[in-house]
Amino acid sequence: MTTVILTIILGVMVLAMAIIAIVHKKTITAILAAGAVSLFASILYLVLAAPDVAMTEAAIGSGLSTVIFFYVLNKIRQDA
Amino acid sequence: MLRKGIITVILIGFAVMLLQLFLSFNGNEDLNTTALHYAENGIEEVGAANLVTSVVVTYRGLDTLGEVTILFLTAAIIGLFLKLTREEKSEKREVRPTSEILQTAMKVLVPVIFLFGIYVFINGHLTPGGGFQGGAIIASGILLMFLADPNRKISHGLIAVIESISGISFVIIGILGIVLAGGFLDNHILPLGKFGTLLSAGAVPLIYIFVGLKVGSELSNIIYYLNQTQKEKK
Repeated sequence: MTTVILTIILGVMVLAMAIIAIVHKKTITAILAAGAVSLFASILYLVLAAPDVAMTEAAIGSGLSTVIFFYVLNKIRQDA
Repeated sequence: MLRKGIITVILIGFAVMLLQLFLSFNGNEDLNTTALHYAENGIEEVGAANLVTSVVVTYRGLDTLGEVTILFLTAAIIGLFLKLTREEKSEKREVRPTSEILQTAMKVLVPVIFLFGIYVFINGHLTPGGGFQGGAIIASGILLMFLADPNRKISHGLIAVIESISGISFVIIGILGIVLAGGFLDNHILPLGKFGTLLSAGAVPLIYIFVGLKVGSELSNIIYYLNQTQKEKK
């Protein structure tokens, strides 16, 4: 029962962060929200007993790809 | 107005399609034939305590080789395109020094992160994780190094050598599987050993070490190229 409640809470958080990432005006906030989607998703995978997938999601999704987005954002600002 | 109407209609259409999928879903209590075979015979045939590893590295080893190849192509393409703008003669932008906290934390944390990444891919057949995860963790350590000191140089040649050697070794182990055992990437070329110990599951730890090194060096390469682009002045 606890797992079900936790899963629902995490799923709602993932959705909320995804909506923030789409509609927010500031790009930096949107990138951070996209990283948070991966972070909550990785906890969700861990709760659903898939630790292998959770590790990949945490390292690639919320770690590397967020910073890569920041690198690109910085580059675009310089060029503009 | 018309556009919004069309979007609404498309969304409703998607909802109807997904609703049927949702209604026809019934939680699958039993494993299907393939999964049942993996679950029942995986321990005897492969000898890995982590069943996911035995599927990823041996039963579906060819898929892993494909994944690593895709990642290699991605790294190569990023390198190719970013190299066009990365000329030594172009004017360098002054990068502000990062904070003391970040620099000190980098010195403390990077060895620990590297150690954890190596632990994850060496123990891939025993605990959750494996080559891909371990490589990504090592790459995030490299990323922290670049965040703390953007002017840091890493040996590009060393990374390329590590990547090439581990890629070739991965394929050679796969071909050895055809020659010495049952098929491509068969792990029986080494003795299976005692179940649950570090030196068990035949060639799986060896394969995962090479996958980990390859993934780690490829992702580090991507980060290195992206970091280089930050420094040049337009």
